[in-house]
Amino acid sequence: MSSIHAKDPTGPLENRWEKHLFNLSLIAPQNRKKHKVIVIGTGLAGASLCATLGEAGYQVSSFCFQDSPRRAHSIAAQGGINSTKNYQNDGDSVWRLFYDTIKGGDFRARESNVYRLAQLSGNIIDQAVAQGVPFAREYSGYLANRSFGGTQVSRTFYARGQTGQQLLLGAYQAHSRQLENDNVTHQSRSEMLELIMVDDQARGVVVRDLVSGEVSAHTADCVVLCTGGYSNVFYLSTNAKGCNTSATWRAYKQGAYFANPSFTQIHPTCVPPTVENQSKLTLMSESLRNDGRIWAPKNSADCTKNPADIKEEDRDYFLERMYPAFANLAPRDVASRAVKLICDKGLGVGSKIHGKRLGVYLDFSAIIEKLGLDAVAEKYGNLFDMYSSITGENPYQTPMKIYPAPHYTMGGLWVDYNLMTTVEGLFAGGEANFSDHGANRLGASALMQGLADGYFILPKTVANYLAQNTLTEVDDAHPQVVQSLKAVKERIQKLMNAPQPKYSPEHFHQKLGGILWEACGMSREADRLKQAIVEIAELETQFWQNIKVTGIDNDLNQTLERAGRVVDFIELGKLMCQDALMREESCGAHARVEYLTEDGEAKRDDNEFSFVGAWEFMSEQPKLHKEQLNYEFIEPTVRNYK
Amino acid sequence: MNFTLHIWRQKNINIAGDFVTYKIDDIDEDTSFLEMLDQLNEQLIANDEDCIVFDYDCREGICGACSLVINGYPHGDKKATTTCQLYMRDYKHQTELWVEPFRAKSFPVIKDLTVDRSSFDNIIQSGGYISVHTGAAPDANTVLVDKPSADEAFNSATCIGCGACVAVCPNASATLYVAAKITHLSLLPQGKIEEKARAQKMLNQMQSEGFGSCSNHRHCERVCPKGITVSNISKMNQILAWS
Repeated sequence: MSSIHAKDPTGPLENRWEKHLFNLSLIAPQNRKKHKVIVIGTGLAGASLCATLGEAGYQVSSFCFQDSPRRAHSIAAQGGINSTKNYQNDGDSVWRLFYDTIKGGDFRARESNVYRLAQLSGNIIDQAVAQGVPFAREYSGYLANRSFGGTQVSRTFYARGQTGQQLLLGAYQAHSRQLENDNVTHQSRSEMLELIMVDDQARGVVVRDLVSGEVSAHTADCVVLCTGGYSNVFYLSTNAKGCNTSATWRAYKQGAYFANPSFTQIHPTCVPPTVENQSKLTLMSESLRNDGRIWAPKNSADCTKNPADIKEEDRDYFLERMYPAFANLAPRDVASRAVKLICDKGLGVGSKIHGKRLGVYLDFSAIIEKLGLDAVAEKYGNLFDMYSSITGENPYQTPMKIYPAPHYTMGGLWVDYNLMTTVEGLFAGGEANFSDHGANRLGASALMQGLADGYFILPKTVANYLAQNTLTEVDDAHPQVVQSLKAVKERIQKLMNAPQPKYSPEHFHQKLGGILWEACGMSREADRLKQAIVEIAELETQFWQNIKVTGIDNDLNQTLERAGRVVDFIELGKLMCQDALMREESCGAHARVEYLTEDGEAKRDDNEFSFVGAWEFMSEQPKLHKEQLNYEFIEPTVRNYK
Repeated sequence: MNFTLHIWRQKNINIAGDFVTYKIDDIDEDTSFLEMLDQLNEQLIANDEDCIVFDYDCREGICGACSLVINGYPHGDKKATTTCQLYMRDYKHQTELWVEPFRAKSFPVIKDLTVDRSSFDNIIQSGGYISVHTGAAPDANTVLVDKPSADEAFNSATCIGCGACVAVCPNASATLYVAAKITHLSLLPQGKIEEKARAQKMLNQMQSEGFGSCSNHRHCERVCPKGITVSNISKMNQILAWS
C-alpha cells in the first residue's frame, strides 16, 4: 500500500483556491487555439466545460453516446441546486455548506475541494440565471429558495421538479453557441472505447461511431472525462439506460486510480419494480416522506390484501418504531436499509419479483384527513400524477408503494485538487470523479458539483496543464494510436464472436445486478462480499464464453453497445466488492453489518479508515493506495439520527 | 396480454424499409411499451436475429430520446406523454400495433425506428441561446423577473426536443420547437437584447434544414409530451413582426 496526495494548497481554507488560481499557469489568448482538448460526455460538467474552453479560444472536440448532447442524464435531476447565496438571510454561508457537505459525506471527503465547491456555488447561480435558466421566483421577482434534504437553511434553487433539465439546457445552449465557432466540434452517437496513452500521458481516445460502427482515433493535448456515474452496475437504477462506466473503466485500466468504488447512494423513495423484466426504476422526490407514513403489514398473510382491508393494529410503521426521533424522515441510507429488511423478511407488498414482494406503503391518508385533498394536491400533485401514470394507481385513494433504488455514485476516478487523475493529462469532472461527496452525497449537490467542475475549475486547471507541458505532435500513424485502435477492434471482434454464444447482454447484466444488490448494496458483510467476488469472477468467465451479440459490428448495433458496457460493469462490480470488503467500518452509504450499532447506526473508524481508497489496476489483483484525509478545520463527529 | 406488432424495419437510409410482423405473448399489463420492445428484442437475440433499433435513454419522460409513432400517433395517443411513459395496460383494446419511426425529411431514418434529429441541434446552434461568457454574470438577484413571466418562460423551456411536433405536422414543420425556445428566452429580461436576431436566425436555420412552415394545423400542441402550446408561435410571430 502506498499513499497519494491531492496536491492541494495549504494555508487558510478561505484563500486556498484564490492562491492556487494565482499560481496556475496561463496561456495567452493568441496561443490558445494551438491547444486541443477532448471532452467525453456532455452532461452538466462536460457541456459547461466545452462552452468555457471554447469561448476562451481552445480547440475542443466533444463526444457523447446519446443522439444529442442535450440528452445527458443530468437532465433528469429533479430537486434543485444548492448555493450559499443566503438570499433567505437564514444564516447560510460558504462555511455552513462546506460543513454540511463534509458531515453529510460522513467525513470521507477532502476539505480543500469541498470548501472550493461551496465558494463557487454562488457563481453557478449567477451564470445560470444570465443564460436564461428559469428558476422559481417570488412574486417580487427575486429568486425563490427551498430547504432540501433535511437542511436547516433554504439554500436550494429550483425550476419546479426539472432543475437538472433547465441547467443542462443552459449549458447545452452555451456549448451550442461555441459550435458556431470553428474551434469547437461535437460528435453525437459516439462512444469512447479506449484512452490513448503516449509517453505516460493521455493524448487521445478511440471512439466508435455508433451509427456506422466505424472505429477512429482522435488525438489531443489532453482528455477530460465527464461521463457520469455507474449506478447502472446494479442493472436496475434510476439512471438512464445508457449510463455506463466504460470511459472511466478504460481510464482505470490505463492507469487512472479508481477511488471509493463502493460508495454508492441508494435512494429510498422509488417506484418499486412491478414486472420481472423491469428495465429501470423511477425516483420519486424524497419530499414525499415529509407527510407520508411508511408502513408494511405485520403479518405476511396480509401482504396480498388490499391495504384498506388491513387493520390499523396490523400495520407496522417500522421507521417510526425503529427511529422514533426521525421516524419517516430517517436519512436515505437508514430508511433504505429498513425497507429492504422488511421486504427480505417477506413482509413486502406489491408484485412478486423473483419470489419477493419489493415494496412498502407510503401512506398519505393521515395527512389527507388532516389538511384535505386540495391542500395535499397543491403540495404533491405533480408527484402523485407521476406515480399514477407509472403505476396506474391513484395515490389519493390507495397508499403509494416505494422501494429503494441506486441513484448516485460518490466513487469515481481519483482526482487531485486540479481534478487531474493519476494519469498525466487525463482529467475527470462531475459524477465521473470521486471528489466532493465523501461517503454520501447531500441532496441538491450533484448539479452544483458538475457545474463547478465544468464552468469554473477545469477550465483553469486544464489550461495550467497545457501551459506547463511541452507536448510533441501525435498523429494517427503513431504506434500507440495504431495499437489502441487495434485493441479496440479486437475487443469488438471478441464480443461479436464468443466461443459458445448463448446469452444476451441483458442476461449478464441482470445477473450482475442481482449479485451486487444483495452483496454490495445497502448492507455489506465480509463473507457475502467474498462470495460475490467469486461469483462475479465466474460471471466474467461465462460472459466471454457465452455472450451473444446478433447483427454485425459495422452497423448501428445496440446489442453490441450493451455487451461492451456490461462487461466493464462486471469488472467494476468486482472492484466495488473488494473496496467494500477492505473498508472495515461503516460510513455514510457504506454499511458493513459487522460495524453497525444495535440500532443500525454506522460505526465509523477514523483511526483506521480516514482515507480515500484509490485502486490501481494490476493484471492480477488491484493495488490499494491511500489518500489520508486530514481534517484541519472540522472535527469529525458522530452522525446520529436517533 | 398478447400483441401483434407491425414494426418498421429499415436497414439504413439508402434501402427501403417495410413493416415486419411479430407476435409477442404473455406481456404483463404493467410492462412499459419500451420494455415490451426489449422483450421482443430478447426473443430476436434468442432466434439469432438482429435487434430492432429504437432510441431511448432516461425512460422517465425527460431526456427526449424516445420517439416512435404508434398506431398513427407520435408517442402514442395518450395525452402529454412520451413513448417511454406508455404502459401496455394503455393498449388493452388495441392488440394490433403499428410502430413506425418519426417521419420527416429533416429526420432521416438511420435504422429501423431510429431517426437523425441533429437538425434540432443545428437550430439551437444558429442562435438558441443568450450570449454570455462564463464568469461574466452579475449577481443573480440583480436581474428581477416577474413571476408570471418566469413561470411562462419555464413552460416554454420544458421542451424536451423529441420532435413529435415535427412528426405529426403535415408540413413537417419545426415551428413549435423553434418558437418554444424563442419564447423562453424572450420572456426573460436577459434574453431580450438578442431576441429579434435570434428569432430570425433560428427560423432561417429551420428552413435550411428542410423543415416546412407552419400553416396552423395545431396538431403539434396536441402531441407535445410537455404540453407546449401554439401560443408560443404567436409570441414568436409577434417578435418577428413588431420588435
